[in-house]
Amino acid sequence: MNWKTFLALLARDAHVARRNFAPLVLQTFLQPMMFVFIFGRVMVSSGYMPAAYKSLLLPGIMAISMVFTGVWAVAMPLIAEFQFTREIEDRLLAPMEISWLAIEKVFFGTLQALVAGLVVIPAAWLLLRPGVELNLRSPLSFACVTLLVALFSACGGLALGCSISQTHIGLMFSMVLTPMIFFGCTYYPWSALAHFPILQKVVLVNPLVYASEGLRGTLVPQFPHLPVPAVLVALTLFDAAFLAAGLRQFRRKAVS
Amino acid sequence: MLAGIRTRDLRKIYTSPPPLASGGGFGFGSGRGKGKKQPKPQIVALDGISLDILPGEIFGLLGPNGAGKSTTLGILTTRVRPTGGQAWIGELDVWREQVAVKRLIGVVAQRPNLDFALTAREILLFHGAYFGVDSHQRAERADVLLDRFKLRDRGDQMVRGFSGGMMQRLSIARAMMHDPQVLFLDEPSAGLDPQTRLLLWEIIREYNHSGKTILLTTHNMEEADALCQRLAIIDHGRNIALGTPGELKASVPGGYLLRLRFGSHSPELLQRLQTLTGAREVRANPDSKNDNSIDVYADRGGPLVSEIANLASSANVELCDVHISEPSLENLFLHHTGRSLRD
Ligand SMILES: Nc1ncnc2c1ncn2[C@@H]1O[C@H](COP(=O)(O)OP(=O)(O)OP(=O)(O)O)[C@@H](O)[C@H]1O
Ligand SMILES: [Mg+2]
Repeated sequence: MNWKTFLALLARDAHVARRNFAPLVLQTFLQPMMFVFIFGRVMVSSGYMPAAYKSLLLPGIMAISMVFTGVWAVAMPLIAEFQFTREIEDRLLAPMEISWLAIEKVFFGTLQALVAGLVVIPAAWLLLRPGVELNLRSPLSFACVTLLVALFSACGGLALGCSISQTHIGLMFSMVLTPMIFFGCTYYPWSALAHFPILQKVVLVNPLVYASEGLRGTLVPQFPHLPVPAVLVALTLFDAAFLAAGLRQFRRKAVS
Repeated sequence: MLAGIRTRDLRKIYTSPPPLASGGGFGFGSGRGKGKKQPKPQIVALDGISLDILPGEIFGLLGPNGAGKSTTLGILTTRVRPTGGQAWIGELDVWREQVAVKRLIGVVAQRPNLDFALTAREILLFHGAYFGVDSHQRAERADVLLDRFKLRDRGDQMVRGFSGGMMQRLSIARAMMHDPQVLFLDEPSAGLDPQTRLLLWEIIREYNHSGKTILLTTHNMEEADALCQRLAIIDHGRNIALGTPGELKASVPGGYLLRLRFGSHSPELLQRLQTLTGAREVRANPDSKNDNSIDVYADRGGPLVSEIANLASSANVELCDVHISEPSLENLFLHHTGRSLRD
């Protein structure tokens, strides 16, 4: 393994990210913050939502921001760079096994997702205050869940980015990401689906369910949530599956 | 360390249509195609290419569109998986020892594949960094190359706004950034103005003088003639001729080619043309729709025309058009493939 090359690739991605910093920030935080403001602030203070909703909402928003950031950070450049201009070719020709380029992308995407998730907490907390009750009982499990969620978003971005072409980006959002978010227990706990028993089973294939429930279970455990160990296992499996699928697709796209 | 290039019986069959032509590509994963049992179209791009390129040589691959030049380069540069056969750079098997091979090579692809998120200078600097060139040397080389390729004043601009020729120049500069032993250039002079083309030739020769091996592809006979020490002519994925430009030209019967067009078809005329002194080979031009075009390979050009005109009038056939080409690679290509090769 050639660390010099790996680090140079990371430096390149960091350089490009720094150059696009402002749009990146807006794109990551604008939508979740608006959501937090309307549902956590406007709806609660006008009495349409109970005050407890503030605390319930926060982990879900965090999950959305992380997944969105990770998927976007990895998938969008890959889609563009694998277009017929093959911008990525220069990096594929770097003296390193090509899979490491994909791993570098995942690593950088994971970092970005982590930053997004960790920034959303104080930002949402500031917007929602007072009345947010965070109970960080086990920082270790919180760290594990957060890391696995970030990794899952980046690996998902790799798998998506290497499987769809530029013409299908719109489809990716409307057919994959949007349903994932709405059926991902982000705005409500999984137990709230108890009245829809079939749906409640079906949504379990959605990895975002484990992301939001895991963050809920470690940040606001006072609400009903899926057991954290089960969440950790599920997220680990999803991470591994997406990474394997992503690497396979990546190699397939890289070599004709 | 000097490194040559060797291939043995390279074969490549593409099983999907080129992504460009497929109009939108595939959907999610590979699930879509499973329902229908249509066999995927197969394109034989290479059909047994064997080359032996010496260390320190400038070697040219010449051939018409779709001949398999880029595919050959793709396999030699780890970007295309060979269906059969083997390739080596120096002692290294290209497919098995990819990382070591990538260290030795610099690649200019046919389509400029610059990193659009960066400026010209950053492209060179990061490329150097990928290859572990230290930062001081990187900056120095980037400056030299930007100068050499006349891109200095554009160095700090994003390459999105570059013209085609500038992108091409930058791609070549980038490939030289880590001072590779073997340089692959896929149609390096495509899109360059005549002056820049000469500059490029000079740069390529200079690079070669330091002992580097260079493999380039071209459609341009003049370029192949001027630049390459040896050439391989390929067509339909097969190697149809190999040698120095001089040897190859000498292999055309006579050397001169007279392309004739007559008012009507006359088998008798075809026979009579064969009896002309100096005519080595006479054949109906396979390119044209009718049989009225005839190619005469001969050891002289102009002096034959009056005799041909006499023959035509005595056979009562009108001579409409005569085109004489002096000994050239173009003639060679025509002779081997029956098709012409144009820019
Ligand atoms: N990625 C691909 N997928 C499918 N078929 C391909 C692919 N790349 C090339 N081909 C096919 O392989 C054949 C050889 O193509 P190649 O690009 O090697 O030709 P070339 O000699 O470089 O031509 P040109 O002078 O036009 O660049 C062509 O028939 C082409 O359609
Ligand atoms: Mg080509």
